[in-house]
Amino acid sequence: MDALSELLQTAQAAIAGAGDLATLDQARVLYLGKKGALTERLKELGRLPPEERRQAGQVINEAKQVLETALAARKTELEAAALDARLASEAIDVTLPGRGQRSGGHHPVSRTLARIEALFAQIGFTVVEGPEVEDDFHNFEALNIPAHHPARAMHDTFYFDAHTLLRTHTSPVQIRVMEQREPPVRIIAPGRVYRCDSDVTHSPMFHQVEGLLVDEAVSFADLKGVLDDFLRQFFERDLAVRFRPSYFPFTEPSAEVDIQCVICGGDGCRVCKHSGWLEILGCGMVHPAVFEQIGIDAERYTGYAFGMGVERLAMLRYGVNDLRLFFDNDLRFLRQFQ
Amino acid sequence: MKVSEQWLREWVDPAASGAELAAQLTMAGLEVDRIEPAAPAFDRIVVGRVMDLVPHPQADRLRVATVDVGDTEPLQIVCGAPNVAIGLCAPTALIGAVLPGGLAIKKSRLRGIESRGMLCSAKELGLAETSEGLLPLPPDSRPGQNLRELLALDDVVIEIELTPNRGDCLGMEGIAREVAVLNRCEFRALPAAAVEPVLDATFPVTLLDPADCPRYVGRVIRDVDPTAETPLWMKERLRRAGLRSLGPLVDVTNYVMLELGQPMHAFDLNRLTGGIEVRRARPGDRLELLNGVVVELDAETLLIADQAGPLALAGIMGGEISSCTDVTRDVFLESAFFTPTSIAGRARRYGLQTDASYRFERGVDPQLQHRAAERATRLLLDIAGGQPGPIIEAVAPEFLPAESAIRLRPERVRLLLGLDIPAAEIEDILRRLGMAVAVEVHHWLVVPPSSRFDIRLEVDLIEEIARVHGYDRLPGNRSLTRLEMPPQSERQVALARFKEALVQRGFQEAITYSFVDPAFQAVLDPARQPLALTNPISADLAAMRTSLWPGLLKVLIHNQKRQQPRVRLFEHGLTFVPANDGLRQEPYLGGVLAGTALPEQWGLPKRAADFFDLKSDVEVLLALTGEPEAFTFVAAVHPALHPGQCARIERAGARVGWLGTLHPRVARELDVEGDAFVFELALAGLQTARVPTFHELSRFPASRRDIAIVVDEATSVQAVRDCIRQHGGELLRDVWLFDVYWGPGISDGRKSLALGLILQDFSRNLTDNVVEETVSGIIAGLAEQFGATLRV
Repeated sequence: MDALSELLQTAQAAIAGAGDLATLDQARVLYLGKKGALTERLKELGRLPPEERRQAGQVINEAKQVLETALAARKTELEAAALDARLASEAIDVTLPGRGQRSGGHHPVSRTLARIEALFAQIGFTVVEGPEVEDDFHNFEALNIPAHHPARAMHDTFYFDAHTLLRTHTSPVQIRVMEQREPPVRIIAPGRVYRCDSDVTHSPMFHQVEGLLVDEAVSFADLKGVLDDFLRQFFERDLAVRFRPSYFPFTEPSAEVDIQCVICGGDGCRVCKHSGWLEILGCGMVHPAVFEQIGIDAERYTGYAFGMGVERLAMLRYGVNDLRLFFDNDLRFLRQFQ
Repeated sequence: MKVSEQWLREWVDPAASGAELAAQLTMAGLEVDRIEPAAPAFDRIVVGRVMDLVPHPQADRLRVATVDVGDTEPLQIVCGAPNVAIGLCAPTALIGAVLPGGLAIKKSRLRGIESRGMLCSAKELGLAETSEGLLPLPPDSRPGQNLRELLALDDVVIEIELTPNRGDCLGMEGIAREVAVLNRCEFRALPAAAVEPVLDATFPVTLLDPADCPRYVGRVIRDVDPTAETPLWMKERLRRAGLRSLGPLVDVTNYVMLELGQPMHAFDLNRLTGGIEVRRARPGDRLELLNGVVVELDAETLLIADQAGPLALAGIMGGEISSCTDVTRDVFLESAFFTPTSIAGRARRYGLQTDASYRFERGVDPQLQHRAAERATRLLLDIAGGQPGPIIEAVAPEFLPAESAIRLRPERVRLLLGLDIPAAEIEDILRRLGMAVAVEVHHWLVVPPSSRFDIRLEVDLIEEIARVHGYDRLPGNRSLTRLEMPPQSERQVALARFKEALVQRGFQEAITYSFVDPAFQAVLDPARQPLALTNPISADLAAMRTSLWPGLLKVLIHNQKRQQPRVRLFEHGLTFVPANDGLRQEPYLGGVLAGTALPEQWGLPKRAADFFDLKSDVEVLLALTGEPEAFTFVAAVHPALHPGQCARIERAGARVGWLGTLHPRVARELDVEGDAFVFELALAGLQTARVPTFHELSRFPASRRDIAIVVDEATSVQAVRDCIRQHGGELLRDVWLFDVYWGPGISDGRKSLALGLILQDFSRNLTDNVVEETVSGIIAGLAEQFGATLRV
């Protein structure tokens, strides 16, 4: 029996000492394989006298179980170690950048337009567009701006011939819409407009959004409400908004709308010319002469219209300090608005 | 309009401070642009009288003056001004004074002579842009008196930017009336003092174009003193309003214009011939203006003329020939009413914008002429003496603006403003504005004053009520609107989706001008004649774009020149193409790509972008229609594109756009670095979409077969795919190309295409036999149509 104990000890030591799965398997074969030392012992049992055979067999089987358990445990250990080693070898630098294309971005003016459209869409305004090469009638006459009206001096107009021009505002879309549909009308018209003027604060092309709502019993109070909401939502601030009387030939009463300066909060700065206020849009109640031009009954219907400069809103929203940057399309500028 | 607060307060003096007044005006629609002090903040500058004057012993140009500055001892002051003279009173800066330019006055020595102060010019005091010599003060000024007090310089100038409808506020009287209305207080009108004639001298006036000039008031004044000095107070008021003093005759007419808003003119009576005619210009008429410019006159132009010819551009500018000079003794004063339409646009046509034309264009009160003439006479007599004749007036009443009553209904006020303003307040506001208000049963009848050209309709009155009541006191209303649901077609792809797809694929949106350099555009689109602007801002922005490429390529070049070699840009907008049936203004989506296919990065080889990189971007756009198979890329020729790398994009056979490599010659001509790839798609051809319809999914497994065929180089993959689809029949679910190969094993002029095929049936498992049969059919078809052989 001493010999068996010795064998068991040697085998246990071999299992414990196996450093990898192959060595462990060699140990298994050596002791428990078909010709393994312990297997041989079992084969030799037949040579023992029958009365001893049973007990000796039991002892050997116990030893075999001990070894099998030890083998399995060692195998699990070695497998876990091998996996750990593989995982360790497969570690990557997760800060390396991802592969492939990088995304681009929308132009800040588009981004601003999309925001304006989304805000008005929520309260039922639909987007319409109109031609940019316009005729004198839609751009001026129908808007109650006859030839030689002093207001024309404020619109430095690009002409193609005496009657064809680049629209100076998005207001002609009002006329085109009302020519086509009966009230109620609730639209906004975003787009490019053109003035023959170019310097630090004027671009010969810029963007406006026109709004028009015509229905029965629309009042100046409705106009105040909608623009007040719009400006606060656009800037996401509880801004002071003020309406000042002004003059546009196609609205009466007319108003300019100022917001509390978003740069200085109303304390006065260079941007607001130290007034604390920023002129942000023009608006008013549709002039009866405009309705008359299109054949809408100005007694039955009233309406409001407003127009805003998109670049100005974008500059204030994003802090852009130079109008010309919008049209240089320098990638270093555009990428800031991804 | 520049308004001196001091002057304004002579007319109307509410408790409101200057800043409050300015705020009131702004909130009433007379926008205050700026408020500036009437003079810089200097001090210790007093009246000095030159008592004695001797030459400077060391300097020819300097003189040494002894100056009386009141109670202290006379000061010795070295002075270089040409007009310094004994007896002259001039501003004198005492020691310790700091001039607006920052010069601190100290006791000093000038070329060895002590100087204890400084005699000043208007410029040195910041009271003029330029000046020649010392500012002469009235000879009876009291030496030692503070200059600020003498000239009443502690005043502010309120600059108001008037809207075109408020011509009535182009005079102090109009502004004063506004201020009085806003403060609900009274204002002091000018005393209506008629000046009795002492002569019976008149000068005949004929209105030959009474529609344009329905009223012309004139007056002869003889024996004025042309050397009289305009009084200091008047000079100061003119200065604060931004006008220069040009002698009493001109100053008085300008002053009355500032006061009442009536532009006037003073002719030298002795330079007039026969009589005044107000008429349109005749062929050959020309006139030398006061500014020295000679203008040829056209028949649209209204003139003041005499028997000898044109004298003045009516309501715009006087002529040289009849102007007053410093020897003029007899004057003919003009105070006329020209209708706004007769002046509007005329001044600009001659490149002029004058104080007179600015006012007449906007509308001068047609009842004002007589009063203005009297006022000017009074002032002129007070300043320069003279003997007035009677006022003469030529008038064509039928052409004067008619006074008419406007019906104002309280319910319209309520409806339009969304607020009930009490009737008493409405009446009060209107009356304070100078309107005659008659109360009828259900409405008012309102007659606006003749100065208010802008008020013709009921809404104009409602605006006045709202304005004076205060826009900020009107309510804001979150109205209940109609819950009508506008249509939202699924057959229409929103532009935003195309833009978003491009952005996700690395494109940056650009916005370029719609007008481009016609020469640059002609390189890209030589065949089409663009629409040209008659008044472009510059030659390189003179033609409307016929394509988005000129703008995009300009941006590409701009960025390439700023170390940005990798560029992916898109733009959407209208293009403008003249056609037989008129101008086509159509929305397009275009893009440009240059540089590497991917941003420089680790783990992927660096590769220059090519045609197929941009094509895949375009294919993504086409796929948004839900029917990418409706689009085909047809090899074609475009003048801007590489002849072998150019595709016309068609949808169901109709052209919707172009895709290609910029022609190397074009690239070189335009200064584009390296290869550039461009596309352009008509949104009209892109935005209509198919609404998806469901197809049953097969429950049976699919079989994949790969084939490699060898065909002629010229055989298009599109044709091969079409052939495979045709021969694959219903079982063929999908076919795609996964390799193209040229090189060893393939003979010259041929190429190998590797294609994957998916076969599947809806009703059964496909047996190998059926699959082989179908594939064989396809291969046979390819062999027949293209001479394709299987690659082994």
